[in-house]
Amino acid sequence: MFQDKVLKKVTIHFAGDSGDGIQLTGSQFTNTTAKYGNDLSTFPDFPAEIRAPIGTIAGVSGFQIHFGSVEIDTPGAEADVLVAMNAAAFSKNFINLKKGGTLIANEAGFDKRNLKLAGLDESHNPLDEIPEADFEVHRIDISKINREALKEFDLGMKEKDRSKNMFALGFVYWLYHREPKGTIEFLKAKFSKNPEVLKANIAALNAGFHYGETIEAITRYKVEKANLEAGTYRNIIGNQALSLGLITAAKKSNLQAFFAGYPITPASDILHFLSRHKNFGIKTFQAEDEIAAITAAIGGSFAGSLGITATSGPGMALKGEALGLALMLEIPLVIVNVQRGGPSTGLPTKTEQADLMQAIFGRNGESPIPVIAANSPSDCFDTAFEAVKIAVEHMTPVILLSDGYIANGAEPWKFPSSSEYKEIKPHYTEAKEGEYLPYQRDENLVRTWALPGQEGLEHRVGGLEKADKTGNVSYDPDNHQNMVKTRAAKVAKIANSYPDLEFIQGDENDDLLVVGWGSTRGSIKVAVRWAREQGLKVAQLHLKHLFPFHNELQNVLEKFETVIVPELNNGQLSKLIQQEFCKEVKPLNKIKGLPFKAQEIFDKIIEESHD
Amino acid sequence: MTESTKLSAKDFSTDQDVRWCPGCGDYSILKQMQTVLPELGIERKNLVFISGIGCSSRFPYYMNSYGMHSIHGRAPAIASGLKAANPDLSVWIITGDGDGLSIGGNQLIHALRRNFDVNILLFNNEIYGLTKGQYSPTSELGKTTKSSPLGSIDHPFNPLALALGAEATFVARSVDRDPLHLREVLKRANEHKGTSFVEIYQNCNVFNDGAFELWTDKKQKALSSIKLNHGEPLVFANGSLGLKLNGTKPELVKLEEGQDTSDLWIHDENDAVKANLLSRFFDKYLSEESFPRPFGILYSEERFTYEAAMAEQIENARKLKGDGDLDALIQGSNSWVVD
Repeated sequence: MFQDKVLKKVTIHFAGDSGDGIQLTGSQFTNTTAKYGNDLSTFPDFPAEIRAPIGTIAGVSGFQIHFGSVEIDTPGAEADVLVAMNAAAFSKNFINLKKGGTLIANEAGFDKRNLKLAGLDESHNPLDEIPEADFEVHRIDISKINREALKEFDLGMKEKDRSKNMFALGFVYWLYHREPKGTIEFLKAKFSKNPEVLKANIAALNAGFHYGETIEAITRYKVEKANLEAGTYRNIIGNQALSLGLITAAKKSNLQAFFAGYPITPASDILHFLSRHKNFGIKTFQAEDEIAAITAAIGGSFAGSLGITATSGPGMALKGEALGLALMLEIPLVIVNVQRGGPSTGLPTKTEQADLMQAIFGRNGESPIPVIAANSPSDCFDTAFEAVKIAVEHMTPVILLSDGYIANGAEPWKFPSSSEYKEIKPHYTEAKEGEYLPYQRDENLVRTWALPGQEGLEHRVGGLEKADKTGNVSYDPDNHQNMVKTRAAKVAKIANSYPDLEFIQGDENDDLLVVGWGSTRGSIKVAVRWAREQGLKVAQLHLKHLFPFHNELQNVLEKFETVIVPELNNGQLSKLIQQEFCKEVKPLNKIKGLPFKAQEIFDKIIEESHD
Repeated sequence: MTESTKLSAKDFSTDQDVRWCPGCGDYSILKQMQTVLPELGIERKNLVFISGIGCSSRFPYYMNSYGMHSIHGRAPAIASGLKAANPDLSVWIITGDGDGLSIGGNQLIHALRRNFDVNILLFNNEIYGLTKGQYSPTSELGKTTKSSPLGSIDHPFNPLALALGAEATFVARSVDRDPLHLREVLKRANEHKGTSFVEIYQNCNVFNDGAFELWTDKKQKALSSIKLNHGEPLVFANGSLGLKLNGTKPELVKLEEGQDTSDLWIHDENDAVKANLLSRFFDKYLSEESFPRPFGILYSEERFTYEAAMAEQIENARKLKGDGDLDALIQGSNSWVVD
C-alpha cells in the first residue's frame, strides 16, 4: 500500500545527458507545479557544448526545482530527490543529494559502457553501494519498460527511447500527486504535426505515472498549495520578463523599439523573444558583431527610436568604445549585460556577478553611465522598465545587469497590468526652426532630443568633445572640464528620482546588515530569515541602483557596525562601498559559477555575529 | 514643393571652419556634394551624413544637415540602425580607406550585402592621414611610410573587387580631380535603391601626394583610364584604343579613326561577370599590355532593400497575429488564479 507524507517544501534535481530532454522535463514539472499553486524557484544547469560527448560528465544537463507550500526564494541547495538518467548524471549530482533523500535512477544508464563514459569503475555499479538506510533508491530500467510500453508504436528504437524523459516525468508526477494533464496539452501542441510521436510521448508519460502503482511500500508526497497573495500568476523566466519589460516601456514611451544584438550565451533569448513579437512593431536586427549591434542601436536612437542591445561579458568588452560614444551623444540607449562566468570566454553557461566594475568603469575617459541590476526572474520586468525610463527621461545610455542565474531561472509571477505603469516622457525639443541648441540643458542637466526628419533642427553630433550648448567641436580646456563635470553631475542627479531605499527584512535598529545586489537576493533572504528566526538582529538591504548609488545609502550603512556583502565575484560591490563611503564591510565572495546556498550566507552571519 | 528646389550649394554648408589641410582632395568632394545636392530633391531635414574617424570623417561637420561623426569604422552599422529605424531618411556614409577597409572592414562588407538604401562614399587616399602617414590597406606593396620604412609588405585591397565580393548592388569609382564625373556618379548613387558603394580617389597632398597622378595627370590619364558608360563600347586613349572580350578574356584593340566599334566590349552595368572583370583592371603602372583603370559605374543591380523587407515582415506579422496586445503578452498562455 502507499503511504502519503506531507512536506512543506521539496527540491528535485533532474539530471541526464544533454540529449535526454532534461530541460523540457524540468520546465514541464515547473509549469504543472506552478499551476497547482506552489511557490517555486528553478535553476537550469546545462553544458556549454551543444552536444558534448554522450554519457560523459561534461555532457550532463541538469534542472533543479524547489517548490513548496511555504515561501520559496531560491532553487534550493541540496536536493531531496535526484532523478539520474545515466551514470554520469548520478556521479555528478549524487554528492548534492540530502541524506535520507530519494534517488530515481534509470538502470539502463548504468551499464558498463555508461560507467566507463562517466569515468567510473566498470566492475562496480555504484547503485549497489548506496547505503540503504541513508537513501530511498528507486532503480528502474526506464529504457526497457518504456520500450515495452511503446511496442505497439510504429517508431524506431531510437525514437522510442527519446520519450524516456516523459516516463521519468510521469513517475515523478505520480510520486508528488501531480496531474499530467498540462503536459499532455503541451505535447499535443508540440507534436501536432507528428501524431505517432505524440501518442508515444503521451503513452510514455502515462506509463511512468502508472508505474508507481506497481511498486510496493512506496511513499507518495503531498506538497500543499502555498499561501500566495491572491491574484493571477504565470511562470516567468528572467530573459522573458526582461523582454516584456522592454516592450512595455517602449510602448509607454511611445517609442519604436529598435533592438540590435549579436548571439551570445546567456543573452540570446532576448533577441529570440523580441524577434518573435514583430507584431508589436518591434524592429530586431541581428548584427555582424557586438560592436555593430550597439552602434546600430545608437543609429536607431539617433533616428528617434529606442535603441536597445543585449549581450554578456565578452560582448560588453567589445561595446566599450561605443558606450562612450552614446554617453557623449547623450541619447537614450539600453545595454543589457546578462553576466556569465569570466574573464575572457570564461564559463559561458555559468552564473557570476563579476562585470559590475566593468559596467561602472569599463571605458576610456571620464564616462559615467547609470548601472542598475535585476534581482530575480520577475524583477527583470521592472528593472528593464526602469532602465528605459532612465535612458529616455535622462537622455543617457543605461547598463542593465542581469545574470545567467535569473536569466534562465523561473518563478511564479503575479504579473502586473500595463496600466499600472506610468507614461515615460521623451525629452523632445520645443525649439523653433533654426534655434535648436543640442546641448542646452534643463534643471536636471538633461539635453533635448531633435530627430532627423524634423525641419529646421538640423545639427551634428559626434564623439569629439563638444562646446557647451551648441555641441560644436571644441578643444577649449575650460570647456572640456566643464563638460566632464556636467556629464558627471547629470548622471549623479538621476539618483534624485529613485524610490525610497527599503529594507527587505529588519530595519536600522538591527545589529548586522547584509547588503547584496542582483541575483543573490533570494539566497540572502533565506539566510537572513533563518538568522532572525534564531533571534539574531539581522537586516537585509538589496541594491538595485549600482551607479549612481542611492542618496540614502551612506546614512543607512553608517547605522550598522557590521555589514556583510555577499557577491558572486571577488568583492566588487565591497570595494565600491569601501571606496565611496570609507565604510569597512565584510565581503563574502563565491566565484564558482554557481549561486549562493543560503547556508553559506547564514554561516557568514553566524561567524560575524560571534565576533 | 520641396525645400531643396530653392536651395543652392551654400545652403548645405555650415558655419564651421573647414579644417582639412590646404590642397586636400576632400575640399573638392565636399564642394561636389554641396553642388549636386540641390539637384537631388532631398529636403535638408531628411538628409543625414554618418562618418567614422579619419580626415574624411570630418565631413558631416561641414554639411548643414543632420549628421554624426561617430567612432572608427562603425559608420555603416550606425547608418544601418538609422535607416532601419527611419527609412524615409537619405543616408550618406562617409568613410576612408583606413576607416572603411581596415578597422571597419566587417561593418562595411555586411552593410554591402544587406543592401539598406544608403550611400557609402569611400575616400581612398591610400594612406593614414590623421595619424600622420602610416600605410593603409590600399597602400601599394613596397610603399615607404613612417610605419613601413623598408616598404610595406601588406598586399593591398582592391576596394571595388571587395565590394562586388561582398554582394554590393551598386559599385562605382570616381576621383576628386574630375568634378563633373564625380557629381554624375553621386547623382547615380543617390538614384540607386540599395547600398551604393562609391570609391573616390582622393589626393592627400601632405602624406601621399600624387598617389593617383597616373589617372589625373592630363598627359597620362588618356592611356591609363577609361570612362564607363552604360550601353557604350569600351573605348579610351582618345578613341585610339578599345577593349574586347574573347570569351571572358579581355583584350586590347587598336582602333583606326571611324572604325566600327560594335564588336567591342559594350559596357553593361547589370552584368556581374563583366563588372568583376572590370574591377580586376588594377594595374598600377602603365605598359603596353596594361588595361586602363575604369571610372564610372561598374555594377548596378536591383535587389530588395533590407528596410523594405523588415517593414514587410512586421506588416505580415501584424496581419497574421493582429496588432500586439501588450497585456495578453504579459499574461502569456499559462496563467492561473490564486484566490
